Amino acid sequence: MKRTFPWHIAVFLAPAFVIYAVFSAFPLIDTLRLSFFTTSDSGAQSWAGLLNYHTLLGDPNWSEGFWNAMRNNVKFFLIHMCIQNPLGLLLAALMSTKGVKFAKAYQTAIFLPTLLSVVIIGFIWQLILSPLWGVSEKMLGWVHLQDFFAPWLGQEETALYTLSLMSVWQFVGIPMMLIYAALIAIPDEIIEAAYVEGASAWRIFWTIRVPLILPTLGLTTILTFVGNFNAFDLIYSVKGALAGPNFSTDILGTYFYRAFFGYQSQIGSPTMGAAVATMMFLVILGGVAVYFYFIQRKLQRFSF
Amino acid sequence: MHSKNILRSAVVAALLAAGAAQAGTLTIESWRTDDKALWEEVLIPAFQKKYPGVTVKFAPTAPTEYDSSLNARLAGGTAGDLITCRPFDKSLDLYKKGQLEKLNGKKGLENFPASAKVAWETDDGKDTFCEPIASVIHGFLYNKKIFKELGLNEPKTTDEFFKVMDKVKASGKYTPLALGTNDQWEASQIVYTSIGAPYWHGEEGRKALINGKAKFTDAGFTEPFEVEAKYGPYLAKGYSAQTYADTQNLFASGKAAIVAAGSWDIGYYNQNAQGFELGAFPPPVPKAGDKCYISDHTDLGMGVNTKSKNKEDAYKFVEWLGSQEFADLYTNKVTGFFSLSSHTIAVKDPVAKEFLDWRKSCASTIRVNAQILNRGTPNMENELWNINSQVINGKMSPKDAAARLQSGLAKWYKPAQ
Repeated sequence: MKRTFPWHIAVFLAPAFVIYAVFSAFPLIDTLRLSFFTTSDSGAQSWAGLLNYHTLLGDPNWSEGFWNAMRNNVKFFLIHMCIQNPLGLLLAALMSTKGVKFAKAYQTAIFLPTLLSVVIIGFIWQLILSPLWGVSEKMLGWVHLQDFFAPWLGQEETALYTLSLMSVWQFVGIPMMLIYAALIAIPDEIIEAAYVEGASAWRIFWTIRVPLILPTLGLTTILTFVGNFNAFDLIYSVKGALAGPNFSTDILGTYFYRAFFGYQSQIGSPTMGAAVATMMFLVILGGVAVYFYFIQRKLQRFSF
Repeated sequence: MHSKNILRSAVVAALLAAGAAQAGTLTIESWRTDDKALWEEVLIPAFQKKYPGVTVKFAPTAPTEYDSSLNARLAGGTAGDLITCRPFDKSLDLYKKGQLEKLNGKKGLENFPASAKVAWETDDGKDTFCEPIASVIHGFLYNKKIFKELGLNEPKTTDEFFKVMDKVKASGKYTPLALGTNDQWEASQIVYTSIGAPYWHGEEGRKALINGKAKFTDAGFTEPFEVEAKYGPYLAKGYSAQTYADTQNLFASGKAAIVAAGSWDIGYYNQNAQGFELGAFPPPVPKAGDKCYISDHTDLGMGVNTKSKNKEDAYKFVEWLGSQEFADLYTNKVTGFFSLSSHTIAVKDPVAKEFLDWRKSCASTIRVNAQILNRGTPNMENELWNINSQVINGKMSPKDAAARLQSGLAKWYKPAQ
């Protein structure tokens, strides 16, 4: 019997495949390709092998900035991991406990900043923290802590942490929602059975609920990782592409921007920019690979 | 039915061809979003009066996005016919890539002095690729009301400058100097390259750096760092997080006595200054009797896109940009931008006139790093922003600042080694 080619499958797959190929796969592959070229003064591109990577990692003019951006990006990610995600878990746990009044209202309020433009978030927080007309110093004064006030966004030691916390404030709604959805999906019977057995609420949370939502916690981790290593907009809108003071808030996104587009009199180089973008891609790919290999596989086995 | 369709498309094609042949449309690329209304309501109508039938569209992009989006449009072949040129290397780069037309011998250019054209010439001075439009002058603006109340006079020397600020500080009512380091560029462009000019003797020092005869570690280039390192106590509290917009608000609301500014700020303060008159003084000189120097920076030019379909009209426009009429309109309508042409122009705004009059009493120079020195890695402009902000923040000593600039330059620039 002759089987006809399943055309309908190809037809149904085509739109997604075409969109993915044109807007995602092709630019990615072309970026990889571009990173092996170099641009001359006249704008012509020629094959250069690994020259761009050699410059990026071997020439102190480039590598110092690159590793500084990498370090800052790791800090940026760790702050999100240590504050945003536990906070999201805590909020989700509180909202999913029975009998919390106005849970929906809180959810909406906490999720709302996620919907706002980063430019607005940056602007609002810059105003709140402004040493000239911000309200933060006055509010600290109400609890007699005004001596602790400092221009946090302007100091080398504190600027990156301040920006990270602004970002945490904005995005804490996402892990909260994801974890909340996972928590309420746990069948009531399991919780009730544990309750009948005499387990305390604390014990139920740590030994029943948390293990059951581990895959979701893993998912939020990986989303945070990818999001943080691609971050750019908040830093750019608050500190500009030069990410001051003294590059203390420079992350891979802003570093890439300067390399690719140039900044002020620094002339951008698409090929050098592509090399930076490829390094970012490799970092993210590495992180995601490690996660899937060592963690997600175990979690899957665990939950089924 | 079928033949009807063919006929219809033929008509459409003919109409399109006619539209293209009629030409007469010019699009201007620019970063001056602030001047959009002015171009559309004053400058373009004035041009059209002279050259009827040419439609001109002013299509600006935000300053921070301009260079990257212009590059993308030029590469994609969708950029406008006329390109507003940044000074020196940014535009030279476009010319080398074949994206700007050579303007040698084009009408209009003869109305500009050589010093104005330098910013848009190849290094050997043979080819010109943009026509100069305007420059900005850096200096200090002050609040006349506060100066009168405290009995202060315009400072001439650096010592007097600090004495004036001491008195303002002692009064306890006002911030002596409005300046922030959050955005970083002010520290370089309106502080170091402006107050430094009298110390390195303007053009003399700038050219000596390019020739390799002077170093950033020389006294003339280190002393300005020492001056700005003393600014800290006179600035508003938390100035390291103060943005440029904060600075503008602080001074416009009458809470600061002096602001480190550029002539482009005059328009803003004319509109927003609350209940006080503006005054201006040039960068103070090191010692009484020293010659004064001002940073009179060539900031804007106009070039023609090589891929323009309407070069003939574009050249007409460029010619008009060199006319007395344009120089007059531009200088008086865009307050704080001064025409670079050799026509004599009567400036109506009193503060802008004062800035322009400094050209007579002081020697003009441009930003110290603008020509050639920005070409290497580390990029000198970015270095200057970063280093000057750190010096004002008190995080870097003047000596270290000068040493770092010099070593950064020596890494790639042979004459400096």
